[in-house]
Amino acid sequence: MELKTIKTHYTPVRYFEGGRGQPLVFLHGAGGLAADDAFLAKLSESFHVYAPLIPGYGDSDECHEIRDMLDFTLHTWDVVNALGLKDPVLVGHSMGGMIAAEMAAVCPNDVSRLGLIAPAGIWLDDHPVADIFTKLPYEMPALLYHDEEVGKARLTTGLALDDPKFLQGFLVTNARQLGMAGRLLFPIPERGLSERLYRVKAKTILIWGDSDKVVSPVYAHEFKRLINGAQLVSIPEAGHMVLLEKPRETIAAIQRLA
Amino acid sequence: MKFTWFNLMPWPYLPDDFREKNRSVWVDIDQALFDPEKSHEVYNTYMDLLEYAGTVGFDGIGVNEHHQNGYGIMPSPNIISAGLARRTKDVALVVLGNSIALYNPPVRVAEEFAMLDCISGGRLVAGFPVGTSMDTNYCYGQIPSLTREKYQEAHDLIIKAWTERKPFAFNGRYTKLRYVNIWPRPIQQPHPPVHIPGGGSVETYDFCIDNTYSYSYLSFSGYIRAQALMKGYWDRVTARNASDTSPYRAGFAQTICVAESDEEAERLYAEHVLYFYNRCLHVYAGFADAPGYRTIKTIQTGALSQYAPPRAGYAKLTWKDLIEGGHVIAGSPETVRQRMEDLITSLHVGNIFCLMHVGNMPKEKCMYSTKLFAEKVLPKLRNMFPDFADDDRFWCKPMKQRVAAGRLPSELDAADAVSRVLA
Repeated sequence: MELKTIKTHYTPVRYFEGGRGQPLVFLHGAGGLAADDAFLAKLSESFHVYAPLIPGYGDSDECHEIRDMLDFTLHTWDVVNALGLKDPVLVGHSMGGMIAAEMAAVCPNDVSRLGLIAPAGIWLDDHPVADIFTKLPYEMPALLYHDEEVGKARLTTGLALDDPKFLQGFLVTNARQLGMAGRLLFPIPERGLSERLYRVKAKTILIWGDSDKVVSPVYAHEFKRLINGAQLVSIPEAGHMVLLEKPRETIAAIQRLA
Repeated sequence: MKFTWFNLMPWPYLPDDFREKNRSVWVDIDQALFDPEKSHEVYNTYMDLLEYAGTVGFDGIGVNEHHQNGYGIMPSPNIISAGLARRTKDVALVVLGNSIALYNPPVRVAEEFAMLDCISGGRLVAGFPVGTSMDTNYCYGQIPSLTREKYQEAHDLIIKAWTERKPFAFNGRYTKLRYVNIWPRPIQQPHPPVHIPGGGSVETYDFCIDNTYSYSYLSFSGYIRAQALMKGYWDRVTARNASDTSPYRAGFAQTICVAESDEEAERLYAEHVLYFYNRCLHVYAGFADAPGYRTIKTIQTGALSQYAPPRAGYAKLTWKDLIEGGHVIAGSPETVRQRMEDLITSLHVGNIFCLMHVGNMPKEKCMYSTKLFAEKVLPKLRNMFPDFADDDRFWCKPMKQRVAAGRLPSELDAADAVSRVLA
């Protein structure tokens, strides 16, 4: 994948691009995206992938003017338009799924294929979505992955939190990324999406890991109920990072949209 | 120098195994540990102590705002201050302060502070903290990376509400009001002095310097660790070409315990100081700093949250560590005087917030320590900054003629007065 920059009204946007096939826009979750993301690499074998970073993620600056759900939604539409794409396959994971679902609800005639991987955006009192903001780094693997050991290997390798210099860099990145994410997810990741999902016209695939501890699979059924004709693909032995734990199954589900 | 006697109002009944059995003293502290009936005496004792401090020579008595917090059972400092305004005469009421981003609409703060200023005859010192991440983000749900913008807007609204003499419309992003026209408005003109508690944000330094507000560093880490941070502030004062470097541009909170001798101080106060540092400061690290609450600029300067505990944790600190590290200044009047001089000179601060009630300290010991400080230490520190003796920009200016509470006539005199009117 190649890291590129495109201009939008308020801010330059960094995005990964690669692969060939139908254009697909992938919106990342609150954890962000790295150049060596294994899921993106695999996805680009069957699609021409564009994966824009939310301002503040990666090496980009946060954007002061993007404050609320509508801002994020319109900003991401600005990115799609700037990339010159018409009706790409739209896929989002977690927070990115929340944004993708909003985009499809706000502009139902511009999205015909929607893939939502464990999206955030709905709240059920009996099944609280995990509070990712209070979690300490060592708590993340068990929360995000079905297999904690796999998660540990991915998440904590190279974290030298005892080194003040590393810690400062880590905190800066964290503040920049999760600071922006907090505008959609803090303190409760719900901004009225469920009242707008009736507008979605896209063919929609919901993809969920059976052992998701961040957004419980209960939500899969809620999304399915609210989006007309949505299909659910449940993937066993996968947590919230289903796309990294079971990339083959996740991509097979997305391919149903092609 | 201005000395303010401060009470955080800690809950004094946290069990011995509090650390082991609970993850945090703040935000999600166990409801079962609070006993409303016991709190009746706790609140009244704490208010008695504040009133007592107001009679022995302190310039101010201070309160602050915390939420869902086992060491600060004062979600509304204004309620406490209203009581104090009635029962004290001359002392400044230092409310440090109201977390203005949390009030909806923020004119509520303009109104309540105006009421306090009016009831007290102009004795209010008004604090506007951004608020800790625990209070502001986790307890009161503000979005971390938008908190400062909301704070800034609330500040602008409050100051305008205090100073504008005609109704005005306020079209903010977070507050929209068609008719802002607060009744009452404060006695002090153009408005009560403003102190801003901060924890090392560069933005807060500049905000204080540019508006002639006093910057208060309210830390539990003590004056030795605070030197780097305060130096950062004073460097900024110089860099921004402020008109002067008056020590009253800054304040500092310090835990202080006075006894007849150093040994007596340890014997009397160690258990209460350790209660505070070991139990009360047991804050879950995940609550210390919601991502986005601090600006990138601030993190890059290396100022980490004071609530992120020291590497080894407060729990392991002994009385000796706390004294040597300057977390706590304790000892005989002479020991305390020397260390206070060191504090005042090294930090260059004119406002001292004296944390004289510590942890689960009983009222008798607290009075003893308070009286010794007021009589044997405070007078010797009065004139540390003779060059700035006339600087009154950062302190309240009470009315000359003030009424005292409880001055109704006798019922007989009242009846006489009524009959004279009727005749």
